[in-house]
Amino acid sequence: MKLSTLTALAVTTALVAPAAIAEEMTIVSWGGAYTKSQKNAYHDPYSEKSGITIINDDSSAEAVAKLRAMNEAGNVTWDVVDVVAADAIRLCDEGLAMEINPDEHLAPAPDGTSAADDFGDLIVSDCFIPQIVYSTTFGYRTDLVGDTPPTSVCAVFDTEAYPGKRSLEKRSINNMEWALLCDGVAKEDVYDVLETEEGQNQALAKLDTIKDDVIWWSAGADTPQLLADGEVVMGSTYNGRLFSVIEEQNQPVAMLWDAQVFDLDGWIIPAGLSDERKQRALDYIYFATDTQRLADQAKWISYGPARASSAPLVGQHADLGIDMAPHMPTDPNNAKNTFLYNYEFWADYRDDIEAKFQAWLAK
Amino acid sequence: MAALTPISRKPLSLVLPTVAAAGGLLGLFVGTANGSGFMGIVIGAALIAAMAFVFITILKNEQVSKWISIVLFAAGGFFFAGIPAMILGLVFGWLFHWFIYWLYEGRYRAKVLPYLTPGQVLWHYGFRVICGAIFVFLITPILVVMPLSFNSQDFFTFTPEMLQFKAEGYSLKHYKDFFSNNEWQRSFKNSLLIAPIATIISVSLGTLAAIGLSQSHVPGRRAIMAIMISPMIVPLIISATGMFFFYSDIGNWLEGTLGLPKNFVGYVKVILAHSVLGIPFVIITVTATLVGFDQSLTRAAANMGADPVRTFFKIQMPLILPGVISGGLFAFITSFDEVVVVLFVGSASQKTLPWQMFTGLREQISPTILAVATILVGISICLLATVELLRRRSERLRGMSPT
Repeated sequence: MKLSTLTALAVTTALVAPAAIAEEMTIVSWGGAYTKSQKNAYHDPYSEKSGITIINDDSSAEAVAKLRAMNEAGNVTWDVVDVVAADAIRLCDEGLAMEINPDEHLAPAPDGTSAADDFGDLIVSDCFIPQIVYSTTFGYRTDLVGDTPPTSVCAVFDTEAYPGKRSLEKRSINNMEWALLCDGVAKEDVYDVLETEEGQNQALAKLDTIKDDVIWWSAGADTPQLLADGEVVMGSTYNGRLFSVIEEQNQPVAMLWDAQVFDLDGWIIPAGLSDERKQRALDYIYFATDTQRLADQAKWISYGPARASSAPLVGQHADLGIDMAPHMPTDPNNAKNTFLYNYEFWADYRDDIEAKFQAWLAK
Repeated sequence: MAALTPISRKPLSLVLPTVAAAGGLLGLFVGTANGSGFMGIVIGAALIAAMAFVFITILKNEQVSKWISIVLFAAGGFFFAGIPAMILGLVFGWLFHWFIYWLYEGRYRAKVLPYLTPGQVLWHYGFRVICGAIFVFLITPILVVMPLSFNSQDFFTFTPEMLQFKAEGYSLKHYKDFFSNNEWQRSFKNSLLIAPIATIISVSLGTLAAIGLSQSHVPGRRAIMAIMISPMIVPLIISATGMFFFYSDIGNWLEGTLGLPKNFVGYVKVILAHSVLGIPFVIITVTATLVGFDQSLTRAAANMGADPVRTFFKIQMPLILPGVISGGLFAFITSFDEVVVVLFVGSASQKTLPWQMFTGLREQISPTILAVATILVGISICLLATVELLRRRSERLRGMSPT
C-alpha cells in the first residue's frame, strides 16, 4: 500500500512536472462561443507569439465572489479576468483590481490616436479595459408569431397579440426599464421614475401582467435553448447568443432590436499579482486590446469592438463568410432605438430594487 | 400454483371504468402534447371504453378485435405525429387490446392464489406497477440523454428529423467535439489523473483506519469514527469552503517555502481534498467486512511467527478485499463525480470533467455534455461489470458458488 502511494506520487510528479515548466496564464471569461472568439482572436495568436500557454477558466459569472475569496486566502490564481463593466466598477472600488493607465498600458490606434481617446467614454472605471459593446435584446420565433412579427419591445408585454411563454432574465436590471417603457414612461424619464417607490411599484405591476407567462433565465445559454425548443415565443438574451442561434444554428428565430440595452464587457487584472505575473498580464492586455485584435474578435461573435478605430476593420464571419457589420448591436439599422444602461443609477439602487424584485418573484 | 385458480368473465361494470381510466392516462399525454390535457383525458377514456364495449358485446372475437385495435391505434398515431407515433400506436393498440381481455376474461386471477381477496389481488398488481414505475423513473433520465447526444443540432432538443428517424437528424459531431476539443480533453485527463490517485490514498488510509478502529482496545473508537466519516455527513458546500481556506494556506506554504511549481501544488491540493471525501466510504465498507472477520486468524498467524505486516497482507487483506474494492470504487466515483470541492480548491489547470460539464451546462448548453455523459455511463457499466466478473471469478476459484 505504502509502495503504491509512493508510486502514485512519483507518477503525479512525472505527469505534472513537464506541464509546469511551460509558462502558463489563467484567463477567466464567460465560456461558450464568447471564450471561443477570444481564443481565436487573442489567445492563440498570443500563445504563438510569446510561447505562453493560456488556460481558460469559465468563471466570469462568479468573478467578484471568487476574487474576494482568493484575495482573502492570499492566493490569487487568475491573471486576467473578463467582467462586465458593473463588476469592474465594484472590483475597482474594493481594491481587488489593478488600476490601469490607458496611455501607458494600452496600444495606441494605428493612426496614433492615444488609447484613452480611442476607447473614449467606454473607460468607465480606472481598472476597466473595455473590450466589446454588447446588448441585451429580444429574439422571437418567426414561426410562432403569425403574420405580424413584433417590431417593438412592448410585444413582450402583449400576451394577446403574442400568446405563449417569454423568457426574461431573473433579475431586476433591464426588466424594470422595459416594463416602464411599455407602461408609457418616456425613455429619458425612465431612471427618474425608477428612483421612486411608486415608479418601482409601477414597473413591477407591469411585469405582474405577464408573470404567469414568463420563464426566468439565469444563464445566457437558456434563452437560445428555449427558443430552439419552441418553448418560448420570445426571450431576452445577449445579442451574440441570438446571432449564433440564427446564423450558425439556422433556427427560425429573428432579432427584435427595439430598446436593446447596451452594456460593456472588458478585462481587469486582479490586484496583488507578483511582479512577474503582472508584467505578463499587462503584456497580454497590450496585445489583446489593440485595434486589429479587437476587430478580429468580431469575426467569431457579433459584439462590437470597444475601440472607435476597430469599427472600420470589422469584416466577415470566419466560417460563414457573411458580413458581420449588420449584426453588430451598434449598426445604425439595429440601433434605431437603444437604451443605455445607467451604471451610476444601478450602482446606487441595485441592492434595493433587486431585493424588491426578488420578493416580487417569490410572491 | 399457476392456473389452478378458476377464471371467470368479469362484469362490464368492472371492465369499462378500469380500461377507461387507462385510456384517460394515455389521453392525458396525447392531449397535453396537443394542447389540452383535460380534453385528452375525456376523449381517451371515452374512446377506450367504447372500444372495450364494442369488442365485448358486439364483436365477441378476440383475434379480430386485436387487429382492429392495433390498426386503429397505429392510424391514430400516424395522424397525430407521423411514422414514429405510428410505431408507438402499434404497441399501444396491442397493449390495450391485451388489457381489455385480460380484465374481461378474468385472466389476472389465473396466476395468483385462489383464496386472495380482490383487495389483495389489486395490491399484487399494484405493487408490481409501483416497482415498474420506480424503475422507469430511475432509468429514463439516463436513457433519454443517449439519443439526444447523437443530435445533429447544438441544442437539447428532439428535432422533427430525429423523431422521424431520418439520418440527417443524427450525427456524431458532439463525440467528435469531445475528442478533439482541448478543454474537454484536458479535463478528461485531469479526472483520470486525480481520481485514481485520490482513490489509492483514500483506500490506503481508510483501510488502515478501519482496521485500527475495529480493534477493541482503541480508546474513543466511536468518537474517532464519527470524526472520520464526517466529510460524508457535513454538507459538501461547507466542507468545500473550509477546504478552500485550509488548502490555500498549505498551497501558499508549498509554493512559497518549498518552491514547488504552482501547477503541481494545485494537483496536490485537489487530490488531498478528494482523498478526504473518499475516506469515509472506504472506512464504512471495510468496517462492515471486518465485522465478519475472525480475529483469531491474526492471532493464529502471529502464533506461527508472522509479523503484523505479513499477517495483514497474507491473512487479513485477502479476506477483506471485497470491502476494500467496493470502498475504493465508491471513493473513485466520489472523486470522479465531484464538482463542488474542485470548484473551490482547484484552479483552472485542475479543471476536471464534472467541472467542465458544470460550466458547459451553465454557459453553453451543448450536447457535447450529453455525449460525455453517455461515454461516462458506458465506462461506469464496464467498470462495474469488470469488478463483478472479477469477484465471481475469485469466488469460483475459492470454491464458493457465485451469488
